[in-house]
Amino acid sequence: MKEINTLKAGQEIFLSGTIYTARDQAHKRLTETIKSGRRLPIELKGAIIYYCGPTQTPKGKIIGSCGPTTSSRMDTFTPLLLSRGLKAMIGKGDRSKEVKEVIKKYKGVYFVTYAGCGALLSKFVKKAKIAAYSELGPEAILKLEVKDFPLIVAIDANGRSIYGKV
Amino acid sequence: MRKIEAIKITKAVTELVKQANFFLRRDILSALRKSYAAEKNIRAKKILKAVLDNAAYARKQKLAICQDTGLPIIFIEMGQDVLIKGDLKAAVNKGVEEGYKKYSLRNSIVSDPLNRGKSKFSPCLIHTDIVKGSRIKLTLLPKGFGCENKSQLKMFKPTADIKEIKEFIVKAVKDAGPDACPPYVIGVGIGGTADYACLMAKKALLRKISTRNSKLEKDLLKLINQTGIGPMGLGGVNTALAVHLQVHPTHIAGLPVSVNISCHALRSASITL
Repeated sequence: MKEINTLKAGQEIFLSGTIYTARDQAHKRLTETIKSGRRLPIELKGAIIYYCGPTQTPKGKIIGSCGPTTSSRMDTFTPLLLSRGLKAMIGKGDRSKEVKEVIKKYKGVYFVTYAGCGALLSKFVKKAKIAAYSELGPEAILKLEVKDFPLIVAIDANGRSIYGKV
Repeated sequence: MRKIEAIKITKAVTELVKQANFFLRRDILSALRKSYAAEKNIRAKKILKAVLDNAAYARKQKLAICQDTGLPIIFIEMGQDVLIKGDLKAAVNKGVEEGYKKYSLRNSIVSDPLNRGKSKFSPCLIHTDIVKGSRIKLTLLPKGFGCENKSQLKMFKPTADIKEIKEFIVKAVKDAGPDACPPYVIGVGIGGTADYACLMAKKALLRKISTRNSKLEKDLLKLINQTGIGPMGLGGVNTALAVHLQVHPTHIAGLPVSVNISCHALRSASITL
Protein backbone atom coordinates (compact mmCIF):
# COMPACT_ATOMS: atom_id res chain seq x y z
CA MET A 1 0.00 0.00 0.00
CA LYS A 2 2.93 2.34 0.64
CA GLU A 3 3.86 1.87 -3.00
CA ILE A 4 0.66 3.61 -4.01
CA ASN A 5 2.08 6.97 -2.93
CA THR A 6 5.02 6.58 -5.28
CA LEU A 7 2.93 5.85 -8.37
CA LYS A 8 2.86 8.53 -11.05
CA ALA A 9 0.04 9.51 -13.39
CA GLY A 10 0.50 7.72 -16.70
CA GLN A 11 2.31 4.74 -15.23
CA GLU A 12 1.00 1.27 -16.15
CA ILE A 13 0.89 -1.38 -13.45
CA PHE A 14 -0.51 -4.86 -12.86
CA LEU A 15 -2.44 -5.31 -9.65
CA SER A 16 -2.64 -8.54 -7.67
CA GLY A 17 -4.70 -8.73 -4.50
CA THR A 18 -8.16 -7.98 -3.13
CA ILE A 19 -10.52 -5.39 -4.60
CA TYR A 20 -14.20 -4.64 -3.97
CA THR A 21 -16.73 -3.82 -6.67
CA ALA A 22 -19.09 -0.94 -5.88
CA ARG A 23 -21.11 1.32 -8.14
CA ASP A 24 -23.94 3.83 -7.82
CA GLN A 25 -26.37 2.20 -5.37
CA ALA A 26 -23.61 0.64 -3.23
CA HIS A 27 -21.99 4.07 -2.93
CA LYS A 28 -25.28 5.58 -1.87
CA ARG A 29 -25.71 2.93 0.82
CA LEU A 30 -22.13 3.15 2.10
CA THR A 31 -22.58 6.92 2.40
CA GLU A 32 -25.88 6.60 4.25
CA THR A 33 -24.33 4.05 6.60
CA ILE A 34 -21.39 6.32 7.42
CA LYS A 35 -23.66 9.34 7.94
CA SER A 36 -25.93 7.44 10.30
CA GLY A 37 -22.94 6.19 12.29
CA ARG A 38 -23.59 2.49 11.65
CA ARG A 39 -20.95 -0.12 10.93
CA LEU A 40 -19.89 -0.57 7.29
CA PRO A 41 -20.23 -4.03 5.71
CA ILE A 42 -16.66 -3.87 4.38
CA GLU A 43 -13.43 -2.49 5.82
CA LEU A 44 -12.73 0.75 3.95
CA LYS A 45 -9.31 1.37 5.47
CA GLY A 46 -6.77 0.62 2.77
CA ALA A 47 -9.46 -0.73 0.42
CA ILE A 48 -9.50 -0.58 -3.36
CA ILE A 49 -12.90 -0.04 -4.95
CA TYR A 50 -13.61 -1.08 -8.53
CA TYR A 51 -16.50 0.72 -10.22
CA CYS A 52 -17.98 -2.36 -11.80
CA GLY A 53 -21.24 -4.26 -12.09
CA PRO A 54 -20.50 -7.57 -13.81
CA THR A 55 -22.91 -9.65 -15.85
CA GLN A 56 -24.35 -12.81 -14.30
CA THR A 57 -21.69 -15.47 -13.86
CA PRO A 58 -21.89 -18.07 -16.65
CA LYS A 59 -21.79 -21.71 -15.57
CA GLY A 60 -18.25 -22.95 -14.96
CA LYS A 61 -16.77 -19.45 -14.87
CA ILE A 62 -15.44 -17.41 -11.92
CA ILE A 63 -17.07 -14.20 -13.10
CA GLY A 64 -18.81 -12.85 -16.19
CA SER A 65 -17.86 -9.83 -18.22
CA CYS A 66 -16.56 -7.25 -15.72
CA GLY A 67 -15.25 -3.99 -17.15
CA PRO A 68 -15.26 -0.55 -15.51
CA THR A 69 -18.25 1.81 -15.40
CA THR A 70 -18.10 5.63 -15.66
CA SER A 71 -16.32 6.92 -12.55
CA SER A 72 -17.67 10.48 -12.56
CA ARG A 73 -21.07 9.23 -11.35
CA MET A 74 -19.38 8.30 -8.08
CA ASP A 75 -17.68 11.72 -7.68
CA THR A 76 -20.12 13.09 -5.09
CA PHE A 77 -19.61 10.04 -2.82
CA THR A 78 -15.84 9.79 -3.15
CA PRO A 79 -14.58 12.49 -0.72
CA LEU A 80 -16.37 10.90 2.26
CA LEU A 81 -15.09 7.40 1.40
CA LEU A 82 -11.52 8.68 1.02
CA SER A 83 -11.82 10.41 4.39
CA ARG A 84 -12.71 7.01 5.88
CA GLY A 85 -9.62 5.31 4.58
CA LEU A 86 -10.43 4.27 1.00
CA LYS A 87 -7.07 4.04 -0.71
CA ALA A 88 -7.68 3.49 -4.41
CA MET A 89 -10.39 3.50 -7.04
CA ILE A 90 -10.56 1.81 -10.43
CA GLY A 91 -12.89 3.00 -13.18
CA LYS A 92 -13.05 4.76 -16.51
CA GLY A 93 -13.04 8.41 -17.49
CA ASP A 94 -12.14 11.66 -15.76
CA ARG A 95 -12.99 12.79 -12.20
CA SER A 96 -14.17 16.13 -10.83
CA LYS A 97 -11.81 18.83 -9.61
CA GLU A 98 -12.96 18.15 -6.05
CA VAL A 99 -12.13 14.44 -6.29
CA LYS A 100 -8.67 15.29 -7.63
CA GLU A 101 -8.10 17.51 -4.60
CA VAL A 102 -9.24 14.93 -2.04
CA ILE A 103 -7.12 12.24 -3.68
CA LYS A 104 -4.15 14.52 -3.08
CA LYS A 105 -5.28 15.34 0.46
CA TYR A 106 -5.66 11.71 1.55
CA LYS A 107 -2.82 10.35 -0.63
CA GLY A 108 -5.06 8.05 -2.60
CA VAL A 109 -4.92 7.02 -6.22
CA TYR A 110 -7.33 6.69 -9.11
CA PHE A 111 -6.71 4.07 -11.76
CA VAL A 112 -8.38 3.44 -15.10
CA THR A 113 -8.50 0.10 -16.84
CA TYR A 114 -9.39 -1.03 -20.37
CA ALA A 115 -12.85 0.41 -20.94
CA GLY A 116 -15.41 -1.66 -22.79
CA CYS A 117 -13.23 -4.76 -22.44
CA GLY A 118 -15.23 -6.64 -19.80
CA ALA A 119 -14.74 -10.07 -21.34
CA LEU A 120 -10.96 -9.69 -21.46
CA LEU A 121 -10.75 -8.32 -17.91
CA SER A 122 -12.59 -11.37 -16.53
CA LYS A 123 -9.38 -13.33 -17.20
CA PHE A 124 -7.61 -11.53 -14.36
CA VAL A 125 -10.23 -12.33 -11.72
CA LYS A 126 -9.33 -15.46 -9.77
CA LYS A 127 -12.02 -15.44 -7.08
CA ALA A 128 -15.33 -13.64 -6.67
CA LYS A 129 -17.86 -13.66 -3.86
CA ILE A 130 -20.61 -11.39 -2.61
CA ALA A 131 -19.40 -9.22 0.26
CA ALA A 132 -22.49 -7.05 0.84
CA TYR A 133 -25.86 -5.86 -0.47
CA SER A 134 -26.68 -9.04 -2.39
CA GLU A 135 -30.20 -7.67 -2.93
CA LEU A 136 -28.71 -5.05 -5.26
CA GLY A 137 -28.07 -7.76 -7.88
CA PRO A 138 -25.46 -6.48 -10.35
CA GLU A 139 -24.81 -3.54 -8.01
CA ALA A 140 -23.91 -5.72 -5.01
CA ILE A 141 -20.46 -5.35 -3.47
CA LEU A 142 -18.26 -8.26 -4.57
CA LYS A 143 -14.93 -9.19 -3.08
CA LEU A 144 -12.58 -10.06 -5.93
CA GLU A 145 -9.14 -11.62 -5.88
CA VAL A 146 -7.31 -10.41 -8.95
CA LYS A 147 -3.98 -11.35 -10.47
CA ASP A 148 -2.05 -9.05 -12.83
CA PHE A 149 -5.09 -6.85 -13.38
CA PRO A 150 -3.95 -4.17 -15.90
CA LEU A 151 -4.22 -0.58 -14.66
CA ILE A 152 -3.12 2.88 -15.71
CA VAL A 153 -2.55 5.49 -12.99
CA ALA A 154 -4.99 8.27 -13.94
CA ILE A 155 -4.70 10.52 -10.85
CA ASP A 156 -1.76 10.04 -8.51
CA ALA A 157 -1.29 10.86 -4.81
CA ASN A 158 0.03 14.29 -5.78
CA GLY A 159 -3.18 15.08 -7.62
CA ARG A 160 -1.57 14.88 -11.04
CA SER A 161 -3.93 13.66 -13.72
CA ILE A 162 -3.36 11.83 -16.97
CA TYR A 163 -6.29 13.63 -18.58
CA GLY A 164 -4.87 17.12 -18.30
CA LYS A 165 -1.94 16.09 -20.44
CA VAL A 166 -3.94 15.06 -23.50
CA MET B 1 -52.29 -12.19 -44.77
CA ARG B 2 -49.19 -14.07 -43.69
CA LYS B 3 -49.55 -15.55 -40.25
CA ILE B 4 -46.59 -15.72 -37.84
CA GLU B 5 -46.84 -17.41 -34.45
CA ALA B 6 -45.69 -15.22 -31.54
CA ILE B 7 -43.40 -18.00 -30.33
CA LYS B 8 -41.35 -17.59 -33.52
CA ILE B 9 -40.78 -13.97 -32.54
CA THR B 10 -39.65 -15.01 -29.05
CA LYS B 11 -37.15 -17.51 -30.46
CA ALA B 12 -35.81 -14.99 -32.96
CA VAL B 13 -35.29 -12.36 -30.26
CA THR B 14 -33.47 -14.86 -28.00
CA GLU B 15 -31.11 -15.59 -30.88
CA LEU B 16 -30.54 -11.85 -31.46
CA VAL B 17 -29.61 -11.45 -27.78
CA LYS B 18 -26.81 -13.97 -28.27
CA GLN B 19 -25.66 -12.57 -31.63
CA ALA B 20 -25.53 -8.96 -30.47
CA ASN B 21 -23.87 -9.51 -27.10
CA PHE B 22 -21.25 -12.13 -27.97
CA PHE B 23 -20.29 -11.33 -31.55
CA LEU B 24 -19.17 -7.80 -32.30
CA ARG B 25 -20.55 -6.44 -35.60
CA ARG B 26 -18.24 -7.14 -38.56
CA ASP B 27 -18.30 -3.52 -39.72
CA ILE B 28 -17.28 -2.35 -36.23
CA LEU B 29 -14.48 -4.91 -36.08
CA SER B 30 -13.24 -3.85 -39.46
CA ALA B 31 -13.38 -0.14 -38.48
CA LEU B 32 -11.48 -0.92 -35.26
CA ARG B 33 -8.81 -2.80 -37.20
CA LYS B 34 -8.41 0.18 -39.52
CA SER B 35 -8.13 2.50 -36.52
CA TYR B 36 -5.51 0.26 -34.99
CA ALA B 37 -3.47 0.37 -38.18
CA ALA B 38 -3.80 4.16 -38.48
CA GLU B 39 -2.92 4.92 -34.85
CA LYS B 40 0.61 6.15 -34.12
CA ASN B 41 0.17 6.92 -30.41
CA ILE B 42 1.61 3.91 -28.58
CA ARG B 43 -0.89 3.90 -25.74
CA ALA B 44 -3.85 4.36 -28.09
CA LYS B 45 -2.60 1.44 -30.17
CA LYS B 46 -2.31 -0.70 -27.06
CA ILE B 47 -5.87 0.17 -26.03
CA LEU B 48 -7.24 -0.61 -29.50
CA LYS B 49 -5.40 -3.93 -29.36
CA ALA B 50 -7.14 -4.70 -26.04
CA VAL B 51 -10.49 -3.77 -27.61
CA LEU B 52 -9.88 -6.18 -30.51
CA ASP B 53 -8.62 -8.90 -28.15
CA ASN B 54 -11.71 -8.38 -26.03
CA ALA B 55 -14.02 -8.95 -29.02
CA ALA B 56 -12.13 -12.13 -29.94
CA TYR B 57 -12.20 -13.41 -26.35
CA ALA B 58 -15.92 -12.67 -25.97
CA ARG B 59 -16.67 -14.58 -29.17
CA LYS B 60 -14.54 -17.55 -28.16
CA GLN B 61 -15.66 -17.77 -24.54
CA LYS B 62 -19.30 -16.80 -25.15
CA LEU B 63 -18.96 -13.89 -22.79
CA ALA B 64 -20.63 -10.51 -23.10
CA ILE B 65 -18.42 -8.09 -25.06
CA CYS B 66 -19.22 -5.54 -22.35
CA GLN B 67 -20.71 -6.11 -18.89
CA ASP B 68 -23.19 -3.35 -19.67
CA THR B 69 -25.45 -5.48 -21.81
CA GLY B 70 -27.55 -2.39 -22.16
CA LEU B 71 -31.13 -1.42 -22.17
CA PRO B 72 -32.32 -3.76 -24.92
CA ILE B 73 -34.00 -1.77 -27.69
CA ILE B 74 -35.95 -3.68 -30.31
CA PHE B 75 -36.75 -2.08 -33.66
CA ILE B 76 -39.55 -3.83 -35.49
CA GLU B 77 -40.22 -3.30 -39.18
CA MET B 78 -43.58 -4.87 -39.53
CA GLY B 79 -44.94 -5.76 -42.94
CA GLN B 80 -48.54 -4.57 -43.16
CA ASP B 81 -49.61 -7.95 -44.50
CA VAL B 82 -48.34 -9.85 -41.46
CA LEU B 83 -50.71 -11.15 -38.83
CA ILE B 84 -49.12 -12.08 -35.51
CA LYS B 85 -50.86 -14.95 -33.75
CA GLY B 86 -50.44 -13.99 -30.12
CA ASP B 87 -49.16 -10.98 -28.19
CA LEU B 88 -46.30 -9.35 -30.12
CA LYS B 89 -44.92 -7.15 -27.33
CA ALA B 90 -45.12 -9.93 -24.77
CA ALA B 91 -43.36 -12.27 -27.22
CA VAL B 92 -40.53 -9.78 -27.74
CA ASN B 93 -40.07 -9.22 -24.00
CA LYS B 94 -40.11 -12.95 -23.36
CA GLY B 95 -37.38 -13.40 -25.97
CA VAL B 96 -35.27 -10.71 -24.30
CA GLU B 97 -35.77 -12.18 -20.82
CA GLU B 98 -35.05 -15.74 -21.88
CA GLY B 99 -31.98 -14.70 -23.88
CA TYR B 100 -30.50 -12.50 -21.16
CA LYS B 101 -31.00 -15.28 -18.58
CA LYS B 102 -29.77 -18.09 -20.83
CA TYR B 103 -26.60 -16.27 -21.84
CA SER B 104 -25.82 -14.92 -18.34
CA LEU B 105 -26.08 -11.26 -19.33
CA ARG B 106 -26.80 -8.42 -16.96
CA ASN B 107 -30.17 -7.53 -15.46
CA SER B 108 -29.77 -3.78 -15.79
CA ILE B 109 -33.41 -2.66 -15.86
CA VAL B 110 -35.13 -1.01 -12.87
CA SER B 111 -38.93 -0.79 -13.09
CA ASP B 112 -39.14 2.51 -11.28
CA PRO B 113 -36.70 5.19 -12.49
CA LEU B 114 -37.18 7.27 -9.33
CA ASN B 115 -37.26 4.65 -6.59
CA ARG B 116 -35.06 2.20 -8.55
CA GLY B 117 -35.64 -1.16 -6.79
CA LYS B 118 -34.65 -4.65 -7.91
CA SER B 119 -32.87 -4.95 -11.28
CA LYS B 120 -34.59 -7.02 -13.93
CA PHE B 121 -34.02 -8.27 -17.46
CA SER B 122 -37.00 -6.45 -18.96
CA PRO B 123 -39.02 -4.60 -20.17
CA CYS B 124 -37.10 -3.76 -23.30
CA LEU B 125 -37.98 -0.73 -25.42
CA ILE B 126 -39.85 -1.39 -28.65
CA HIS B 127 -40.01 0.92 -31.68
CA THR B 128 -42.33 -0.22 -34.45
CA ASP B 129 -42.49 0.87 -38.07
CA ILE B 130 -45.22 -0.34 -40.39
CA VAL B 131 -43.83 -1.11 -43.83
CA LYS B 132 -45.09 -2.68 -47.06
CA GLY B 133 -44.98 -6.43 -47.55
CA SER B 134 -45.40 -9.61 -45.59
CA ARG B 135 -42.15 -9.90 -43.68
CA ILE B 136 -41.08 -8.78 -40.27
CA LYS B 137 -37.58 -7.51 -39.49
CA LEU B 138 -36.38 -7.48 -35.89
CA THR B 139 -33.27 -5.58 -34.80
CA LEU B 140 -31.81 -5.63 -31.30
CA LEU B 141 -29.62 -2.78 -30.08
CA PRO B 142 -28.45 -3.41 -26.49
CA LYS B 143 -27.58 0.20 -25.67
CA GLY B 144 -25.03 0.68 -22.91
CA PHE B 145 -25.74 3.61 -20.63
CA GLY B 146 -22.22 4.94 -20.20
CA CYS B 147 -22.65 6.37 -23.68
CA GLU B 148 -26.44 6.83 -23.60
CA ASN B 149 -25.90 9.26 -20.70
CA LYS B 150 -24.01 11.53 -23.09
CA SER B 151 -26.95 12.03 -25.49
CA GLN B 152 -27.83 15.61 -26.40
CA LEU B 153 -30.69 17.47 -28.07
CA LYS B 154 -30.78 21.06 -29.22
CA MET B 155 -33.63 22.89 -30.88
CA PHE B 156 -31.88 25.27 -33.29
CA LYS B 157 -33.45 28.30 -34.97
CA PRO B 158 -34.43 27.56 -38.56
CA THR B 159 -31.95 30.25 -39.63
CA ALA B 160 -29.06 28.57 -37.81
CA ASP B 161 -25.78 28.35 -39.67
CA ILE B 162 -24.34 24.92 -40.50
CA LYS B 163 -21.24 25.99 -38.57
CA GLU B 164 -23.27 26.25 -35.34
CA ILE B 165 -24.72 22.81 -35.90
CA LYS B 166 -21.30 21.29 -36.50
CA GLU B 167 -20.01 22.97 -33.35
CA PHE B 168 -22.87 21.54 -31.30
CA ILE B 169 -22.19 18.00 -32.54
CA VAL B 170 -18.44 18.25 -31.92
CA LYS B 171 -19.10 19.80 -28.48
CA ALA B 172 -21.35 16.84 -27.58
CA VAL B 173 -18.41 14.53 -28.28
CA LYS B 174 -16.04 16.74 -26.29
CA ASP B 175 -18.53 16.70 -23.38
CA ALA B 176 -18.52 12.90 -23.46
CA GLY B 177 -14.72 13.13 -23.50
CA PRO B 178 -13.03 10.03 -22.07
CA ASP B 179 -16.12 8.82 -20.17
CA ALA B 180 -18.15 6.85 -22.67
CA CYS B 181 -15.54 4.47 -24.16
CA PRO B 182 -14.13 6.14 -27.25
CA PRO B 183 -13.55 5.55 -30.13
CA TYR B 184 -17.22 6.34 -30.60
CA VAL B 185 -19.80 5.96 -33.30
CA ILE B 186 -21.80 9.18 -33.50
CA GLY B 187 -25.46 9.03 -34.49
CA VAL B 188 -27.04 12.35 -35.44
CA GLY B 189 -30.71 13.04 -36.11
CA ILE B 190 -31.58 16.28 -37.90
CA GLY B 191 -35.14 17.48 -38.44
CA GLY B 192 -38.54 16.09 -37.49
CA THR B 193 -39.53 16.93 -33.91
CA ALA B 194 -37.55 16.76 -30.65
CA ASP B 195 -38.49 13.11 -30.03
CA TYR B 196 -38.10 12.12 -33.67
CA ALA B 197 -34.63 13.67 -33.95
CA CYS B 198 -33.56 11.59 -30.92
CA LEU B 199 -34.97 8.41 -32.47
CA MET B 200 -33.20 9.12 -35.76
CA ALA B 201 -29.91 9.69 -33.93
CA LYS B 202 -30.34 6.30 -32.27
CA LYS B 203 -31.32 4.57 -35.53
CA ALA B 204 -28.30 6.08 -37.27
CA LEU B 205 -26.14 3.81 -35.09
CA LEU B 206 -27.64 0.78 -36.82
CA ARG B 207 -26.32 1.81 -40.22
CA LYS B 208 -23.36 -0.23 -41.34
CA ILE B 209 -20.04 1.61 -41.20
CA SER B 210 -18.77 2.03 -44.73
CA THR B 211 -16.86 4.42 -46.92
CA ARG B 212 -20.08 5.76 -48.40
CA ASN B 213 -20.56 8.89 -46.35
CA SER B 214 -21.95 12.33 -47.12
CA LYS B 215 -19.66 15.34 -47.19
CA LEU B 216 -21.13 16.58 -43.92
CA GLU B 217 -20.48 13.21 -42.26
CA LYS B 218 -16.88 13.22 -43.49
CA ASP B 219 -16.36 16.81 -42.31
CA LEU B 220 -17.76 16.00 -38.87
CA LEU B 221 -15.63 12.87 -38.51
CA LYS B 222 -12.54 14.90 -39.34
CA LEU B 223 -13.44 17.61 -36.81
CA ILE B 224 -14.18 15.01 -34.11
CA ASN B 225 -10.93 13.17 -34.69
CA GLN B 226 -9.05 16.47 -34.54
CA THR B 227 -10.11 16.84 -30.90
CA GLY B 228 -7.40 14.32 -30.04
CA ILE B 229 -9.55 12.66 -27.34
CA GLY B 230 -8.54 9.24 -28.66
CA PRO B 231 -9.17 5.72 -27.31
CA MET B 232 -10.16 5.87 -23.61
CA GLY B 233 -9.63 9.63 -23.82
CA LEU B 234 -5.87 9.21 -23.49
CA GLY B 235 -4.99 10.80 -26.82
CA GLY B 236 -4.77 9.60 -30.39
CA VAL B 237 -6.22 10.13 -33.83
CA ASN B 238 -9.23 7.84 -33.29
CA THR B 239 -11.95 9.59 -31.31
CA ALA B 240 -14.75 8.30 -33.53
CA LEU B 241 -15.02 5.44 -35.98
CA ALA B 242 -17.86 7.04 -37.92
CA VAL B 243 -20.50 9.79 -37.94
CA HIS B 244 -23.91 8.78 -39.25
CA LEU B 245 -26.59 11.36 -40.02
CA GLN B 246 -30.28 10.80 -40.51
CA VAL B 247 -32.41 13.68 -41.74
CA HIS B 248 -36.15 14.20 -41.97
CA PRO B 249 -38.46 17.05 -43.03
CA THR B 250 -39.23 19.48 -40.24
CA HIS B 251 -41.33 22.59 -39.42
CA ILE B 252 -40.62 26.09 -40.77
CA ALA B 253 -40.08 27.32 -37.22
CA GLY B 254 -37.48 24.81 -36.12
CA LEU B 255 -34.41 22.68 -36.65
CA PRO B 256 -34.02 19.90 -34.06
CA VAL B 257 -30.59 18.26 -33.83
CA SER B 258 -29.93 15.25 -31.62
CA VAL B 259 -26.68 13.43 -30.94
CA ASN B 260 -26.61 9.82 -29.73
CA ILE B 261 -23.19 8.46 -28.93
CA SER B 262 -22.21 4.81 -28.97
CA CYS B 263 -19.14 3.38 -27.32
CA HIS B 264 -16.77 1.27 -29.43
CA ALA B 265 -18.73 -1.80 -28.35
CA LEU B 266 -21.60 -0.94 -30.69
CA ARG B 267 -23.66 -4.09 -30.62
CA SER B 268 -26.67 -4.87 -32.74
CA ALA B 269 -28.13 -7.79 -34.68
CA SER B 270 -31.03 -8.23 -37.09
CA ILE B 271 -33.19 -11.03 -38.40
CA THR B 272 -35.96 -11.09 -40.99
CA LEU B 273 -38.82 -13.55 -40.67
